[in-house]
Amino acid sequence: MQKQITELAKVIRSKNCSPFELTMDIIFLEKADYELVKKNNGINAKMLAAIYNVCPTKINKVVYFDPACAVKICMDRPISSGAPGDTDVYGAQQHGPLLSILLDI
Amino acid sequence: MSNREFKILSPTAILGYGFPESSFLQGIKENPDLIAVDAGSVDPGPYYLGSGKSFTDRVGVKRDLRIMLREAIPRKIPVIIGSAGGSGAKPHLDWCEQIIREIARQERLSFKMGIIPADIDKSLVCKSIQENKIHPLCKNKPLTEQTVEETSYIVAQMGTEPFVEALRQDCRVILAGRAYDPAGFAALPVLLGYNPALAIHLGKILECAAIAAQPGSGADCALGILKENSFVLKPLNMKRSFTRTSVAAHSLYEKSDPYCLPGPGGALDLREVEFTEIGDGQVEVKGTHFIPANPYTLKLEGARQVGYRTVSIAGSRDPVMIAGINSILKAVEMHVKEILENEKIDGYVNTHIYGKNAVMGELEPNPSITSHEIGILLEAVGKTQENANTICSIMRSTLLHYGYPGRISTAGNLAFPFSPSDIQTGAVYEFSIYHLMEVSQDQLKRLFPESVVQI
Repeated sequence: MQKQITELAKVIRSKNCSPFELTMDIIFLEKADYELVKKNNGINAKMLAAIYNVCPTKINKVVYFDPACAVKICMDRPISSGAPGDTDVYGAQQHGPLLSILLDI
Repeated sequence: MSNREFKILSPTAILGYGFPESSFLQGIKENPDLIAVDAGSVDPGPYYLGSGKSFTDRVGVKRDLRIMLREAIPRKIPVIIGSAGGSGAKPHLDWCEQIIREIARQERLSFKMGIIPADIDKSLVCKSIQENKIHPLCKNKPLTEQTVEETSYIVAQMGTEPFVEALRQDCRVILAGRAYDPAGFAALPVLLGYNPALAIHLGKILECAAIAAQPGSGADCALGILKENSFVLKPLNMKRSFTRTSVAAHSLYEKSDPYCLPGPGGALDLREVEFTEIGDGQVEVKGTHFIPANPYTLKLEGARQVGYRTVSIAGSRDPVMIAGINSILKAVEMHVKEILENEKIDGYVNTHIYGKNAVMGELEPNPSITSHEIGILLEAVGKTQENANTICSIMRSTLLHYGYPGRISTAGNLAFPFSPSDIQTGAVYEFSIYHLMEVSQDQLKRLFPESVVQI
């Protein structure tokens, strides 16, 4: 069965983790759902590259963090924070496309 | 080390962001051994480090510091401030020092203060480049001497060592330039023999004050209690509590890897950490390890000016214009580029279309427009402010009167909310240095030369 990620996660957010990188956190409501997604590698670099329409080499890390039942993503920024042409200095509004992820549960 | 607890009061996530006085006084009732606060971040972007200005408001910073110093000094509680003035370079440090002197005068407070600059000499950075001791972070290019020359201020995030030196000289207040966020929290307990891994991990959470609580807030106080083999987080406001999940989730916040948190001289290893709720909204944390780095590295930060900016804000409510916005902008930008080339004006325009992809730029997977109106932000960048003004003016006027195919509304294409329509925003910067520098223990002792003053 497929479920919308917004039914399974209580936090989906983005922020700079350096002036050159963005990080996204997906924190699950239930440990069982998190464990299943982790087991299936349901959130992975290939899928994220497709969602953000970037080359997979731009997705630097996808880490499953058990203590918080959370998946952490780290990816390159297209333009460094606050340089001309940047669109989001804090990187706090880059999470939107993640909300449409469907997960096998 | 004695078995007694070491209590750290963290008033706010960033000095100047404020905190309820009642929470702070609740913290004072706990008889804290230290009040520490982080005053900075690179989050607000390169302008502040590059220009030497603070991103925090003077009134807010003075209010926070006044309450802290007024309560701490008579009780002989040390006060430590890291990353002064937001970015922690010399002008930021001077700015914050003036505020402290004003408060001391007004409140009739007297104390010994240690001031620790974090500026790194350009000649040392160039020498380190030649010796292959500078390493790029986050896929940046290797640092060049030219970039060093172009950078206005270079700071290094200091670790606990310079704070420890100032504490050894019996300073009651320590004001430091750019610092690794937890360093100011961890230095005194490290000096007293507490476990450095736990002290730094506690600092890593406390530097965000009550953000790790539930509900989280960057503008409320939190208390950390360091013990021999663990630490405890305690809320100071009845509205909040720390939970296993809120603290664990905070380990993710603004980090690239939640299991490994690198800093000056080594990394925190969180792989064996346990978070336990112990009642009354408190969480106990144990199992943190510290993996020393060899050689010792410091993170350098720097920003350089890349021109001047003028912006114009407008909107469109015309369905024909909105439907054709991509090709309209392309044509207008071509036209403007031609004028700039002919007139030999150095610069360019970035156009941000709100309603299309202004928030995510090239990361936006869905650039189709579904709204009946769009926001148009013209960002002109020129070599001088006059250039930027001219570029913005040409782009704005061309777009305003551009006769696009199918145009019905022939009086003007843009709705401007303001007069004047164009806003000069001054110098524009970009982060130019974000690199690690290897340092020897000898160098480390000389890099952050503290001065001690009697206030």
